[in-house]
Amino acid sequence: MVSTNAMPGATRVDRAWKVLAEVPDPEVPAISISDLGIVRHVIDGGEVLEVVLTPTYSGCPATEVIERSVVEAIRAAGLGPVRVSLQRAPAWTTSWISERGRQRLKDYGIAPPSAQQVPNERPLRFRRRQSKVDSLPCPRCGSANTEMLASFGSTACKALWRCVTCREPFEYFKPI
Amino acid sequence: MSGKLNPSIQISKDSSVRYLLGIADLCLIHAQRLGEWSGHAPVLEEDISLTNVALDLIGQTRALYSHIAKLERAEHDEDQLAFLRDERDYFNPTLVELPKGDFAHTCLRNLAVSTLLSLLWDGLQKSNDAEVAAIAGKAVKESLYHQQHAADWCARLGDGTEDSARRMTLALNSLWPYIPELFEATAEDLAARASGLGPAWADVEGSWRTEVDQVLEEAHLAAPAAVAFRSHGRRGRHSEHMGYLLAEMQYLQRAFPEGAW
Repeated sequence: MVSTNAMPGATRVDRAWKVLAEVPDPEVPAISISDLGIVRHVIDGGEVLEVVLTPTYSGCPATEVIERSVVEAIRAAGLGPVRVSLQRAPAWTTSWISERGRQRLKDYGIAPPSAQQVPNERPLRFRRRQSKVDSLPCPRCGSANTEMLASFGSTACKALWRCVTCREPFEYFKPI
Repeated sequence: MSGKLNPSIQISKDSSVRYLLGIADLCLIHAQRLGEWSGHAPVLEEDISLTNVALDLIGQTRALYSHIAKLERAEHDEDQLAFLRDERDYFNPTLVELPKGDFAHTCLRNLAVSTLLSLLWDGLQKSNDAEVAAIAGKAVKESLYHQQHAADWCARLGDGTEDSARRMTLALNSLWPYIPELFEATAEDLAARASGLGPAWADVEGSWRTEVDQVLEEAHLAAPAAVAFRSHGRRGRHSEHMGYLLAEMQYLQRAFPEGAW
């Protein structure tokens, strides 16, 4: 837990942000919920501190766990009663992941989302299995000689890839 | 256990409620069938992909049911809407309640449904109901990943081995008669279009055909000729498969009323 006492002059909202920067995402614990970009607002409502979250995916089973960990972390830091609310619009996008978050994903072995591959264009594109056009750099060895194995990985937000050079499989955080 | 089965709920006849239930039920019943692949897909990666698609769909369903429950003002919750309706009160098209069939059937149905949903969600982003527009803004991006996954597999199987192409053709012939129902104009659709709640499903038919034809062409497959048969799931008149699906899906809530995780 982060000590918020060491921040003289910091407002309750500043302290809360500092605490939330250390609350891990339950599915990808390498990254905090604020680096993931799902904490949209922290509002000092007098008595109650309000934390506004935007869920990543409609069916993300981590959403309820995250709500609970926010409440626990804020209370444990002595920042008083807290209310968590969910805001759907605008929809969460991987472009809200911070620079620090992207680096942490990479260090953890997950390729961070590429800015070019958001599938919002029609018509459909077909990806040849051996195509190098869409290749991602391997998060372990940096080789561009990689290929997609499956478009969904251990969670809906990731795809499964492998590196042909170092032979290691890796996960890719899909842009959305 | 109470010893008494949980009774069915009665749903509102309001046309906005029924329009939104049609979309939510499409997602839920499709997800229920996709869930049957858990532990049974041809390879582990696809087992995980199909159930991840189902998870997205259930998330979309939950958001819609929670909103519908508010519109109904009948103090229902998302679980009651999912588990405590009678068969005639589900408004999904018959296509999604058919047995899952082989992997080719599943891939083809996934293509049909994800293309439909991505077009409907796209239209629903402009809904005059802000909550519906917000749900659609998230769901449309998810559905494009589902569509790409299904399209890749249809192309790969249709343009694959002799056996995979034969199975895709069988899937086309068995599922195609259930497609026209998707684009039938219902009273609820017309009211939704007029009020600005969302598009009539018929409005997206042209785009649906363009996108599905593109995949079929890539797969070296052709859409079968139209037949006279019509299914009517969207009007609540379901196939014989729906009762069995609901019996399995509803069992726990019926046997253990108000059971929760």
